Amino acid sequence: MSLKKHILDLRKRREKVQLGGGQKAIEKQMAMGKMTARSRILALLDDESFTEYDLFVEHEARDFGMDKKQLHGDGVIIGTGTIYGAPVCIFAQDFTVAGGSLGLMHARKITKIMDHALKMRVPLIGINDSGGARIQEGVNSLAGYGEIFYRNTVASGVIPQISVILGPCAGGAVYSPALTDFVFVVDNISKMFITGPNVIKTVLGEEISMEELGGARVHAEITGNAHFYAASELECFEQIKKLITFIPWNNTQKAKVFPPCDPKFKGNIEDIIPSDPKEPYDVRDVIKAIVDDSDFFEIQEFFAPNIVIGFGRMNGQTVGFVANQPLVLAGVLDCDSSDKAARFIRYCDSFDIPIITLEDMPGYLPGADQEHAGVIRHGAKVLYAYSEATVPKITVILRKAYGGGYIAMNSRHLGADFMFAWPSAEIAVMGPEGAANIIFKKDIEEADDPDAMRDIKVQEYIERFANPYVAAAKGYIDSVIEPSETRQLLLHAIDVSGNKSDQRPYKKHGIPPF
Amino acid sequence: MEEKKLELVEFPILARRYKTLLTIKYAQRKAYVPPNPNEIRSVIPGTIIELKKKKGAKLKAGETILILEAMKMLNKVAMPFDGKIKKIHVSKGQKIAKGHLMVELEPKK
Repeated sequence: MSLKKHILDLRKRREKVQLGGGQKAIEKQMAMGKMTARSRILALLDDESFTEYDLFVEHEARDFGMDKKQLHGDGVIIGTGTIYGAPVCIFAQDFTVAGGSLGLMHARKITKIMDHALKMRVPLIGINDSGGARIQEGVNSLAGYGEIFYRNTVASGVIPQISVILGPCAGGAVYSPALTDFVFVVDNISKMFITGPNVIKTVLGEEISMEELGGARVHAEITGNAHFYAASELECFEQIKKLITFIPWNNTQKAKVFPPCDPKFKGNIEDIIPSDPKEPYDVRDVIKAIVDDSDFFEIQEFFAPNIVIGFGRMNGQTVGFVANQPLVLAGVLDCDSSDKAARFIRYCDSFDIPIITLEDMPGYLPGADQEHAGVIRHGAKVLYAYSEATVPKITVILRKAYGGGYIAMNSRHLGADFMFAWPSAEIAVMGPEGAANIIFKKDIEEADDPDAMRDIKVQEYIERFANPYVAAAKGYIDSVIEPSETRQLLLHAIDVSGNKSDQRPYKKHGIPPF
Repeated sequence: MEEKKLELVEFPILARRYKTLLTIKYAQRKAYVPPNPNEIRSVIPGTIIELKKKKGAKLKAGETILILEAMKMLNKVAMPFDGKIKKIHVSKGQKIAKGHLMVELEPKK
């Protein structure tokens, strides 16, 4: 007897299971404007690269009539594939099968591919589209979540972990994405919350829509849970692919080096910045004038936009940028922007990506709301992250560097390897007006015309201290540079720090101000 | 994301005023209001299960005024000092949010 019969049988089985919840459920999924789990994987990975595992896994639940129900693949697809040739492990929850609910075998499939990703030291991508825990499976589904969180944590900083929210992701389920490095959301499709609108209505009697409570926009702009926001699933997949090109496969490798490329920007970089330190500009224009091909890949664009973070390349090598944004809230550090910058700095440090800091900031955001929200604790994260990082750390002070902000933004004192300052830099303990008011309080008060005296003293302070030369005289700044030299000097700094070694005392781990 | 109308505003930090944009989150922040010791506000959202005392009642510190059910717990809301109940702002069965004014008090003279 030939094997033909068995092969035909396998094909038939595959075909049936690959339909997930069946044609009707697929149509329902598409009517919601959502792709199916399988089509998502195929759209994201390189053509013909996806290989699936655990297709025939079935649940073992017995209670509540579950023993009579067959759930194809137990509601999740797992496998391996490539993105631009980079190997990845992937799972995608299948909403057409029991609402993508997480039962024991569903979780086992996810933890299996997570273990595989960690062993193979390749990135892990999780596509979340699930109604939550499979209630019929009771504590087994809770166990499943816990085992996923544990692996997220163990893998953190070893392999890149990417979460894509393409449907509901509620209750305990949200904590796996929250533990991963990058979270992608899509307008109108992604929903994340701990307690949903129904619970809020029951407890409070308040009506709030899913979109207002935990839609894509809320997480991209208000909570900061999401790092990338897209208008459609396909745009989201393009963002993921682009991210993959910037990051290494694991923490022992370097990100792929691309052919060097000059910036597209063809003007004078100094013309971007107004000389009046009170006038705003978009610091992303400065980054684009510096990076290869003027290609800056921004992260968390809409959350805490008073600080800008993201990846670019310098002579083909991936670099992380952290830049104060004078265009928004004058570029102050506050709770959210500190949190955003600190986490990104730690990401770059974990994955051996040099950090370039562009500084132009007036200080910390004043206000009772900030103080009570813990700006001390959050602000300390930036100090911790910069001090802890042992990758090459380079700072360029463009304009203002006042007070605590000067220290926080990768100063020499926190271990910067290279400190450059434009001649427009103002490195001082505070802004000239504030400083003059304190230092010359008596002169101003006793003058016949206090306002005129204040102006004179402010001017005096500006001339003597609001410049880079006082700090340069102490060696806190290595070099005062012409703006047009910036890119060349940064390229040089990165070139000569390729073998940087910064050994710290042994510890299990530090205790950052979480 | 749909375009917001962006306008530069004057933004004071220490003695300087910067021209800059505000974020929605910043624009919507709540101003600080000092707490009034003669008001009892809910610290957790929930449902008023029982009112133990009435308006005008004279109470000692620690006496239970009402029961607020929240997170499956029956929370006793107690008198913080010796005094009188000036007004009760909630009724039995009412669902309230966090920070809701429940009771106004008048301290003992």
